[in-house]
Amino acid sequence: MSADLHDVPGLGTPADTEWETVVGLEVHAELATATKLFSASPNRFGGDPNTHIDPVSLGLPGSLPVINEEAVNLAIRVGLALNCQVQTSVFARKHYFYPDMPKNFQISQYDHPINVDGWLELPSGKRIGIERAHLEEDTGKTAHVGGGGRIHEAGYSLVDYNRAGVPLIEIVGGPDLRSAEEARQYVTELRAILVAVGASDGKMEEGSLRVDCNVSVRPEGTNRLGTRCEIKNVNSLRSMGRAIDYEARRQIDLLTSGQLVEQQTRHWNEDEGRTHALRSKEEDYDYRYFPEPDLLPLVISDHKVAQIQNELPPLPQDLRRNLAKAAPSVDADLIGLIVERGLYDLALAAFDQTSGNLRAIKRLRNHFAHDLAGGHGSLLAKALIDLVNMEEAGDLTATQAKKVLAVLVESGGSPQDAAQELGFEAMDTGELESLVDSLIAEHAEEWSRFCDGDGKLTGFFVGQVMRATQGRADGKVVTQLLNSRRG
Amino acid sequence: MTALEIATAVRSGKRSARSVVDEYLGAIAEGDDDIHAFNMVTAAEARTRADEIDGAVAAGQDPGPLAGVPVALKDNLCTRGVATTCSSRILEGWEPPYDAHVVEQLHNAGAVVVGKTNMDEFAMGSSTENSAFGPTRNPCDLSRVPGGSSGGSAAAVAAGFAPVALGSDTGGSIRQPAALCGVVGVKPTYGRVSRYGLVAFASSLDQIGPIATTVADAATVLDVIGFTDPRDQTNRLPDPKQVSDTLSDGVNGLRVGVLTELSGNGIAPDVAARLQVAVGALESAGADVAKVSVPSAIYGLSAYYVIAPAEASSNLARFDGVRYGLRVDGSSTSDMNTATRSVGFGDEVKRRIMIGTYALSAGYYDAYYGKAQKVRTLIINDFNRVWYGDKFDLLLSPTSPTTAFSLGARTADPMSMYMSDVCTVPVNLTGQAAMSVPYGVGDDGLPVGVQVMAPVQGEPVMFRAAKVLEDSL
Repeated sequence: MSADLHDVPGLGTPADTEWETVVGLEVHAELATATKLFSASPNRFGGDPNTHIDPVSLGLPGSLPVINEEAVNLAIRVGLALNCQVQTSVFARKHYFYPDMPKNFQISQYDHPINVDGWLELPSGKRIGIERAHLEEDTGKTAHVGGGGRIHEAGYSLVDYNRAGVPLIEIVGGPDLRSAEEARQYVTELRAILVAVGASDGKMEEGSLRVDCNVSVRPEGTNRLGTRCEIKNVNSLRSMGRAIDYEARRQIDLLTSGQLVEQQTRHWNEDEGRTHALRSKEEDYDYRYFPEPDLLPLVISDHKVAQIQNELPPLPQDLRRNLAKAAPSVDADLIGLIVERGLYDLALAAFDQTSGNLRAIKRLRNHFAHDLAGGHGSLLAKALIDLVNMEEAGDLTATQAKKVLAVLVESGGSPQDAAQELGFEAMDTGELESLVDSLIAEHAEEWSRFCDGDGKLTGFFVGQVMRATQGRADGKVVTQLLNSRRG
Repeated sequence: MTALEIATAVRSGKRSARSVVDEYLGAIAEGDDDIHAFNMVTAAEARTRADEIDGAVAAGQDPGPLAGVPVALKDNLCTRGVATTCSSRILEGWEPPYDAHVVEQLHNAGAVVVGKTNMDEFAMGSSTENSAFGPTRNPCDLSRVPGGSSGGSAAAVAAGFAPVALGSDTGGSIRQPAALCGVVGVKPTYGRVSRYGLVAFASSLDQIGPIATTVADAATVLDVIGFTDPRDQTNRLPDPKQVSDTLSDGVNGLRVGVLTELSGNGIAPDVAARLQVAVGALESAGADVAKVSVPSAIYGLSAYYVIAPAEASSNLARFDGVRYGLRVDGSSTSDMNTATRSVGFGDEVKRRIMIGTYALSAGYYDAYYGKAQKVRTLIINDFNRVWYGDKFDLLLSPTSPTTAFSLGARTADPMSMYMSDVCTVPVNLTGQAAMSVPYGVGDDGLPVGVQVMAPVQGEPVMFRAAKVLEDSL
């Protein structure tokens, strides 16, 4: 084995080695501007092919790019939200031939990106480095016609330039993520930040958020990074997780069997659930970057940076902090979910109103964790608080509260009205007592086992009551009645 | 007639634009078979446009400072609905959907476009022999080249096919053919004239400028086209000063330097002799003339022939057969690209794409492109020392080391062809203004041009000196 090979972390290690997955993500987000990065065509998803175009987006001879100030401002917002330094930047041309790239070069930023050296904080508190977040233009889209859409079997190709020139921000994260789950949290958090600052709609399914994953592995405790592979074509958070797990496994298998990981760009195949090599490092393009002579360096004044900083809305991490303060008994995971699901305002108002009432807070936690997972819909904070108060007063059972909540999310209104419409009226205690007594008489054997101390039978009797009352009874009251009858 | 005389006559109703245009179209029909200044003559459009101008005059409107003036456009300036070829096969059949900024400005000033002129393919050359449609000949001597790359525009003006024309100048492509054809040619300060609609050769060097028979006509055209245009981000000069207003202010008290590095070695003696006469004329008019050295100027050509091809290799990447122009089919997209570019580009264009691609390649960038940019900075600093340290107002040199050479004389040796640009290239690298003023003839009876160079935005003073030279003949 040559000296070089001794430097390869994990090469030839036994199969039972503990491995660490190292992931760094490059995220491309389309900026939500009205027009393209360098021309006045609309920046809009979809549309009939080649309808959002102009001489600049087609790269016609004689056309020249003109920088879109709105895109620059959004890029600065993203940079500041990611704790980056905003600096004077220079556009550069990145060259490779591809039919959907009208000039056969992409105007991007290379050695002087607009944002550098930031970080993103995961809900867990872990900070992930942001190496850079730069501006560049998007390409068009190629459709291969015939041969099932596969490039090598297609009869011909059609190109739609509607997307060509749409502004992108490419956010390059450091190799700081250690699992597919952390990568998921990172993208989720990044998306939340992009949406919060109004920079992007963050829709992965429409391609406005695209993720390339750099994956390497190394034995636990090693400092050096292993050889990485870049995985393209992950189109959802789920496939990203699958792709990272697959790729890490593939690399571990190579290393434990004494083979090297080759630095490659690999393609994730969602149907087959595996990655395959697109090109090796040697086959990679020589992009021949050089400064774009048609654009001036982008000089941004300190004043402008300060102004944009002042205008930044609260970021997800700020919201989490506020919420943690308002509801100290709610764990960080749930707070993260609440913010991620857009329930911040609702949660803040609700926890604020119930401050100190531990039972009410517990009910709220349940609702936020389960019943409101799909968002708050038409539910207003006051209605949520009233609902919890009704539960507290015993006017609604937990089961009934769930149903009422579903109605409130669906169509708004007050919980009182919703409960009435659903026919949920608090049961008269006398009615409940006679029901319990008749059930005891009906199930004498179970009752004697219950009296002998068989706790499992509490559930049996409560279940019977619930069935008979169609969930209108309060389980706790029933339990109390049963215990008092036992004497 | 000069352009100003035509405009005056048309504006006052003394002469119809239509009669002017018919006269020039007649001259083209009669003479251009021999010269081949034009790739396309837009006779019908020109007549329609002339009639519109006459209609405006009849209605009491003023069509503008170039009313009824025929203009020839270099064929790398986009014209809406009219083929724009760059004298290349690769743009076969392409009609731009828009007019270049300068074309809009000319139109708004009442000018009439009579046709698109021949050029070296994509402006790469110094003789107009690198045209896919055959060479242009020098109207002063049909066995000689007109210079290039704007040879068609210079020849058109020299032959009387149009009183004024537009060219583009990346390394001397307006000034050198103007000198060889005996007309005035101006390379404005980089950023003075919008490049919107100019098919790019080397974006950081390209600039559009006028070619005319008189200094005053050139001034009028420059004033018309030099308007700020937000579509070109490098077109950022704050309100360029009009040059026509101060044209006759003379040179009394101006400090003029004769650039040693561009006036001695390699300059033909008859050309050098004409420069000395020009020096005398400026001195008699009250200028203080001295020799001045810009040591780095001689490295301009080397830096230029790295930077210009590098930018060209990038700018010309878009010609791939996918969207417009020529397409030669292949078995895959990549084969189609290769076949199209192999057939569509001429040898000189291919040579420069290869040089430029190499200069930008990983591992070679610093040694070539990076180094050339450093040389460029050095030249800028050297010139700035002369302007702002030594307080020179203008610099002089020959425009071209020789008078017009014979067709074919330099085609076999690219280096000798590149040497044609030695005097003109430095100001493209620095972004300064420069112009060529015809100043008599050499031993062969062919025109000699004197180059007047000015600092950035120094056009008004530059034109004053050009006028003094013109008047001294």
